[in-house]
Amino acid sequence: MAPIIEVKDLTKRYGGLVAVNDVSFDVQEHEILSIIGPNGAGKSTIFKLISSFVKPTQGRVTFRGKIISGLAPHVVARKGVVRTFQETTIFKGLTARDSVIVAHHLRSHASLPGFYLGTALARRDEAEFGHSSDEILEFLGLGEVRNEIASNLPQGHLRALGIAVGLAADPQVLLLDEPFAGMNHDETNRAVEMVRAVRDRGVTLMLVEHDMAAVMKISDRIVVINFGVKIAEGTPAAIQKNDKVIEAYLGVEDETIGL
Amino acid sequence: MTPRDRVPRLAAAAAFVLIVLVAIPLAIRASHRTDLYYTLSSVALLSIASAGVWLTFYIGRINIGQGAYALVGGYVSAILVTTYSLSFWLSLPLAGLFCALVSAVIGLPILRLRGVYFAMVTLVLTEVARLSALALGITNGAKGITNIPPPGPISLFGLTLVPSFDSFAERNLAFYILSVVMMILCFAALYRLVNSRIGQLFAAMRQNEELASSMGVNVPALRVLAYAISSFFGGVGGAIFAAIAQSIYPSSFTVNDSVNFMLNCFLGGLSYVFGPMLGTLVLYFGWDLLFQTGEYQLLIYSGVMILLMLLLPNGLLSLRLGARKGS
Repeated sequence: MAPIIEVKDLTKRYGGLVAVNDVSFDVQEHEILSIIGPNGAGKSTIFKLISSFVKPTQGRVTFRGKIISGLAPHVVARKGVVRTFQETTIFKGLTARDSVIVAHHLRSHASLPGFYLGTALARRDEAEFGHSSDEILEFLGLGEVRNEIASNLPQGHLRALGIAVGLAADPQVLLLDEPFAGMNHDETNRAVEMVRAVRDRGVTLMLVEHDMAAVMKISDRIVVINFGVKIAEGTPAAIQKNDKVIEAYLGVEDETIGL
Repeated sequence: MTPRDRVPRLAAAAAFVLIVLVAIPLAIRASHRTDLYYTLSSVALLSIASAGVWLTFYIGRINIGQGAYALVGGYVSAILVTTYSLSFWLSLPLAGLFCALVSAVIGLPILRLRGVYFAMVTLVLTEVARLSALALGITNGAKGITNIPPPGPISLFGLTLVPSFDSFAERNLAFYILSVVMMILCFAALYRLVNSRIGQLFAAMRQNEELASSMGVNVPALRVLAYAISSFFGGVGGAIFAAIAQSIYPSSFTVNDSVNFMLNCFLGGLSYVFGPMLGTLVLYFGWDLLFQTGEYQLLIYSGVMILLMLLLPNGLLSLRLGARKGS
């Protein structure tokens, strides 16, 4: 089967710094693929390149065979590749429900003037967004807190809200930037289930994540990046045994100093 | 919004319209203070321009350049009426549209800036507008445009809807009604905008532009839309101002006015659509009342402003609406 996302010879230079160096990999439909690597390895830059928030110096990203790198971010989102953000980046001042409603933008049938005038089509859209938002919030366990202002929510809920906002955009590929950061063990387990459930809705998922236990549990495949270069790619079991990966995370065994 | 809370809102709006269009003119007639018509017209027009500034705040941009669009709007209307003998009533929307167009061209690059950087560029705009008015031939330089004829009649199929302003015994009253009706229209349009899905998208952009564009929202286009509407308000306000004063000069709107438009929004409250209206009223009369304190006017005024911002950071309307959710 043709891959849904194809990353080909991707390179990004910031001045003299090479953040991403000639990285290639594929993402299959309905797969959960994680990108891991030490801090500053270039994982987030790869996300920014795929969602086209930055333009590649060389190489390209294709989505279902069409090039998406270099397009405006909202156009890439419109095609079905949606990215959520690192940290607690949500619409802080909006309620959970309003955040998800706003994120339904791509499902609008009515035009902006239509929404202003409150046409029948716009009212139908608005009702539909409301129902769908409630469903998504319920699905991710946020039903109870739907009317809370987002910035008042605890970490676990915030991450779930981030995913909810991403889901509302009706993505075919959802890029989650560190969805488990700052979570305790129980929260992570719940979030892992959540991500799996999202995949079961037919969404292909890409994750950048530091929590190794969660990554090993959830991923179908893993791509390992170090200093901007892809050093390994494979199933969690294969990655755990890969010498280069162990080296990148733990350092080289150096016999001269007796380690 | 449920139908149930629509009723008190409609009642409040109707009461407001009755007060400004009936009660205030009656009170002014009874007290023989016809000079107040001019003052209140000014407040209404300045609040229209301030409403524009408020909308740019709503998408997360500090706009200290509304004076530029008020000036441009005033000149466009004045030139169309004097040089091209166009009806004032046609020049009014044209002045607004011209400002919207100019602001879209200017906004496209500068709206990429945020925070203090955007504010600084807009601050310069007012000065650019003033200097252009001084330098250009069509604006008649420092002499400005004077003797602008008052608005003529509006006729439709031979039926006179609005008589010529020349025919009014109290022209000030006519201008007051015009200004207030325009203010009501502008704020109603703004209220609808903010409470529609477009307003939701604006609010989302203010919170997080990256996330909004990741959700497929065309953030650059919506930013320009908000700024163009904002400048439309500035242009309309300026155009009526020029008609009332029957003149327009390069110094009719200065950096001071631009700053005041912004202060009106702060004072009224950035979370409330009607904040700029209240802010303009309080600021305008507050400044006039302090006139009697002579040389201390600016000192007291600034002190009070600082205190208000410290004590009421969400504006005057937060006093009444504090318990309610801002929308």
